[in-house]
Amino acid sequence: MAHTTLSAARTAWQVGAHSAVELCEASLAAIADQDPVLGAFTEVTADRALSRAAAIDRDREAWAHQPLAGVPVAIKDNLCTAEVRTTASSRILETFVPPYTATAVAKLEAAGAIIIGKTNCDEFAMGSSTENSAFRVTRNPWATDRIPGGSSGGSAVAVASGMAPLALGSDTGGSIRQPAALCGIVGLKPTYGRVSRYGLIAFASSLDQVGPLTWTVADAALALSVIAGGDAADATSAPHPVPDYTVGLTGNARGLRIGVPRDLLNGEGVDADVATHVQQALETLKARGASIVDIALPTAAAAIPTYYLVATAEASSNLARYDGVRYGFRAPAEGRDTLRAMYCRTRERGFGAEVKRRIMLGTYVLSAGYYDAYYLKAQQVRTLIRRDYERAFEQVDLVAMPTSPTPAFRIGERIADPVQMYLADIFTVSANLSGLPAISVPCGFSTEGLPIGLQLTGRHFDEATLLRAADAYERDANWSVHRPPHVGARTHA
Amino acid sequence: MTYEAVIGLEIHAQLQAGTKIFCGCSTVFGAPPNTHVCPVCLGFPGVLPVLNRSAVDLGIRAALALGCRINETSIFARKNYFYPDLPKGYQISQYEQPLASAGSVSFAMPDGPRRVGITRVHLEEDAGKSLHEGFPDSDRTTYVDFNRAGVPLIEIVTEPDLRSAADAAEFFSRLRAILVWLDVNDGNMDEGSLRCDANVSVRPAGTAALGTKAEVKNLNSFRFLQKALEFEIERQRALVGDGIRVVQETRLFDVSTGTTVSMRSKEEAHDYRYFPEPDLPPVRVSAERLAAVRERMIELPDARRQRFVAAFGLPEYDAAQLTQSRHSADFFEATVTAGAPAKTASNWIRGELARVLNDTGRSMADPPVSPTRLAELLRLVEAGTISGAIAKTVFEKMVVSADSAEAIVRRDGLTQIDDEGAIIALIADVLTRNTDAVAGYRAGKTATFGFLVGQVMKAAGGKANPKRVTELLKQALA
Repeated sequence: MAHTTLSAARTAWQVGAHSAVELCEASLAAIADQDPVLGAFTEVTADRALSRAAAIDRDREAWAHQPLAGVPVAIKDNLCTAEVRTTASSRILETFVPPYTATAVAKLEAAGAIIIGKTNCDEFAMGSSTENSAFRVTRNPWATDRIPGGSSGGSAVAVASGMAPLALGSDTGGSIRQPAALCGIVGLKPTYGRVSRYGLIAFASSLDQVGPLTWTVADAALALSVIAGGDAADATSAPHPVPDYTVGLTGNARGLRIGVPRDLLNGEGVDADVATHVQQALETLKARGASIVDIALPTAAAAIPTYYLVATAEASSNLARYDGVRYGFRAPAEGRDTLRAMYCRTRERGFGAEVKRRIMLGTYVLSAGYYDAYYLKAQQVRTLIRRDYERAFEQVDLVAMPTSPTPAFRIGERIADPVQMYLADIFTVSANLSGLPAISVPCGFSTEGLPIGLQLTGRHFDEATLLRAADAYERDANWSVHRPPHVGARTHA
Repeated sequence: MTYEAVIGLEIHAQLQAGTKIFCGCSTVFGAPPNTHVCPVCLGFPGVLPVLNRSAVDLGIRAALALGCRINETSIFARKNYFYPDLPKGYQISQYEQPLASAGSVSFAMPDGPRRVGITRVHLEEDAGKSLHEGFPDSDRTTYVDFNRAGVPLIEIVTEPDLRSAADAAEFFSRLRAILVWLDVNDGNMDEGSLRCDANVSVRPAGTAALGTKAEVKNLNSFRFLQKALEFEIERQRALVGDGIRVVQETRLFDVSTGTTVSMRSKEEAHDYRYFPEPDLPPVRVSAERLAAVRERMIELPDARRQRFVAAFGLPEYDAAQLTQSRHSADFFEATVTAGAPAKTASNWIRGELARVLNDTGRSMADPPVSPTRLAELLRLVEAGTISGAIAKTVFEKMVVSADSAEAIVRRDGLTQIDDEGAIIALIADVLTRNTDAVAGYRAGKTATFGFLVGQVMKAAGGKANPKRVTELLKQALA
């Protein structure tokens, strides 16, 4: 039963082939078997999941029309889950149990999905390798000495290794798409505002977006249909009606114009295998009836610095609330403490190195005398990047790029070089800066056998076209039949 | 050399929106600590602010009353600083694009009119409250109450147009009256609903350049504002007079000593790292919405005062007194509408009614006698059914019962005695019992006339028509 897609799992429950309890048990068994090695989960909610599964099985009729009834799902640990510890993989929230549930998670549960556990990530979603988690290392199931990508690394591994058919992640600069690419699965970052951010522990509020990680494009479409929609609790969510995204998956790519920013693709640092497979994917789409057009995104080269100015500025403010006063970690008092000393020690010990680096960067960016040169300038460049895309979308329906310039790198390889690590986001940050929807879909394997992802970016709120193209490609390429080798605790212990 | 003071005020007023600005928690004052809180106003991870529309409308109403231009688009920003009573580590406020700009308030001082420019009116959330005293372990522990965190505020910033402590106090009092009048703010300075900070500098009289300013905080009554400013202006004058430069700093008014003391210097000032709040879209005020707020806008005190003079023929003084609060103005207008003569109604509201309110500790918001009831009473006086003196007695009884004036007059037999025969009989009786006074009067001690009138009225139980008594007594003594 493990290695089942979301669509297959829900059909299995709907037709009565498997009970929700059986689906849950299969997931839990896969976790028990593989997770000691892979480290995808920070918390497995077995009891809660099994009792909920039993309740859904008991009341089949009431749940019969819910799209995800009985299906186990994994949730990135920066999405709040009532009564379930939510840490954002940070020491400072190690004991934090929120009294509320993120809207996207609540929608999954209302649709009958069962939370099987919370997944590891880079602390506060800051990173591209999941190495910044305060708690554990997450390994790529295709090569366990390699990183799974990040920050939603745990979610990507949970899906890729068959521990759950769907995981939610969050994407601030590529945190869904890049780990999906490096783990050989599908990752979708919806349009900014398409999915409520309520209950998502904020990293950079104007960039953060919740989205699904799945085996197939059809599964991503199914999941998006459930979690999308306006939310009175998120003033930046969009009221646009939510279509059934699975309906448009016709396999037809005829008439689609796909733009390729050649300058970017041929740029420095793009792995040859990556370039080759992305080119082949474009040929496949062309054979399906799409036309491939060269386009220019002149400002895209400035996307990384722009992103790291905007994201760190917002992060420095978003993370100010972790002060040890009301909840979470507080450093123990030392003698007659001053308030300032309590703050400093709490944040010194509660945050990891990368989080502190970004808080300092962001604080600097917003400081008097630097604001205009950094934050304001970054916002101006952000506008230019958005205009680049608007101009491109006058000619084309989608923009294609690699998701990541390289396949998964080795654990520890870039940890000492933050700038090199930041460059992993070169192709993904533009979609966040411009608010556009983007998807990563598997497009082959490197000579070393590591997954490579193709990224497609669409117009605002046009996830339908994005999903249609990705699905059409997937039908031909069908990379999702390739699953990583079984990684079991027994074989590695 | 003479120096003049230059003063600008920053006033924080809580908006009476019922709920907090970014969540649904109550804003009622005085609840047990940390009972009006939720994940949003406590700054929990992952929660988001959602703007309370009625707070925006109240802000617009206040800004319109202050003659401001309402900006079509205004933007929330984060003001970042660490403090235990600031749950998110930033305050959501408006910075570069406020709700409203460029208004003014005019008022009269004994030596002439004043006009104070309003630079801006912006929306923001209040912080919580640090409780440094009142607990057994207060020597080493500070508690925090977050009931106030997220309460909607407007900040009103004036131009540096004020020139004296007295002007500033009068302006603040005028501003308070307007905000309370409009139901924007409850005016309770003791509860911190209305707070004032002042920027003060001095310069040689007649020069245009501004001197170095000090910001004085904690001026939460008109008296404190005036005292603090008087002290601060004198302090700065003395410094400048001695050729010592004023230091730019924040100073705190110490109520117990009546002085201002340095709190932090310019170098220690926070860098608030303002930037636009990404969790909230810009506030857009459409023409329709503006029109709707305007439509619900009630007549302002100044306009109403002028109308009371023009429409009811009231003296300026009466009109000014009646329009000091909306309740008294409303009461007056309702009394007149119910048929009472305007000037009599004004006298009664400012006299008897005010006295009764004062004695019973009630307010114009909750009067013991309705305008209709008062009008009925005043109509009885006008018709001559009862005397003014008896009316006061009847009014006392109305205060403690629900009966109408007419019912009380009938029940207690208080109808005025106009009958000539009855009054002559009373006079005859009084004259026979007061022969000394009569003799005195006839000997030229006219002052005893008043005494005799009093005796007749007393014999009549106050009910005799005093005019008739005077006439008939004169005849009897002639």
